[in-house]
Amino acid sequence: MSGGPGKVGIVLVSHSAAVAGAVADLARELADEGGLAPLAELGGTRDGGLGTSSELITAAARVVDEGAGVALLVDLGSAVLTVKALLAEGDELPAGARLVDAPFVEGAVAALVTASAGGDLDAVAAAASEAYGYRKV
Amino acid sequence: MTGTTYGAAFAVRWMGTVAAAVAREADRLTELDSAIGDADHGANLRRGFAAVSETLAKEPPATPGAVLVTSGRVLISTVGGASGPLYGTLLRRAGKSLGETGEVTRAGLADALAAGVAAVGQLGGAVPGDKTMLDALTPAVEALRESFAAGRAAAEAGALATVPLRARKGRASYLGERSVGHQDPGATSSALLFAALEEVAAE
Repeated sequence: MSGGPGKVGIVLVSHSAAVAGAVADLARELADEGGLAPLAELGGTRDGGLGTSSELITAAARVVDEGAGVALLVDLGSAVLTVKALLAEGDELPAGARLVDAPFVEGAVAALVTASAGGDLDAVAAAASEAYGYRKV
Repeated sequence: MTGTTYGAAFAVRWMGTVAAAVAREADRLTELDSAIGDADHGANLRRGFAAVSETLAKEPPATPGAVLVTSGRVLISTVGGASGPLYGTLLRRAGKSLGETGEVTRAGLADALAAGVAAVGQLGGAVPGDKTMLDALTPAVEALRESFAAGRAAAEAGALATVPLRARKGRASYLGERSVGHQDPGATSSALLFAALEEVAAE
């Protein structure tokens, strides 16, 4: 890696810790061709229930931030609203953090593949969103 | 009473009164939420507003705007459910809209809360009639321009008026027609906010 900014960081935010962990494992396995972009996943509340912890989100975003932007992918309910609220009103997330509009599982894989290949934040967001286009029937 | 202004101490008392009301009504909120939601609204909001009270008592902010911004931040970080970012956004945007002013009039408070309500609508993508907290908040901020009592009455009427509505946002929307006939828990807790505001203003 040169001295410039690193890779785009990916944060997966689920309503459930188990979902976040499983999707992250899947994405890492499918995307791994050597040199994965930083990926952090979180889900559920701090006490282990379903829901979303804004502190876990901001901590994860800081961990994966290499200066090239952070793509946040979310699943449903409070996961969506918490990230949107942090982006709209707060200053807790790093500069260059962006909510990516994408299906959670497919988007996570596409985002991690693209970020690991060195794509910038626009490319990562576009790849993740494109996953909406893969029709199943 | 049009010349009366309200400062940081008033805002702190408001949040404390909301915390007490939410704690008192938590079981009822959860009961409403178990009909059409995931039965966590009462417990989530009780935890959130208890944390708000604690934070405000520890370090009381200097302006009413700062009280609301801090309260919103604490709600977002402690509630865990969708009501955290929604109420957090309401208070944060309202607080930011008040700016640095040390004293606010009732009209000024209504303007700030209207900005907060608009931000909630943007965040959740809901409009009045969708059976959400906006059904109580939207008429309440308008009526607040008239009086604190009118704000409370409008919020309570708005919450009651959600009973025949079909939910179009959130988990309740998955229920479709089965959401009809239940009062919306978010609109109900929103009415507590305006009841507490009247209570504190009357002190």
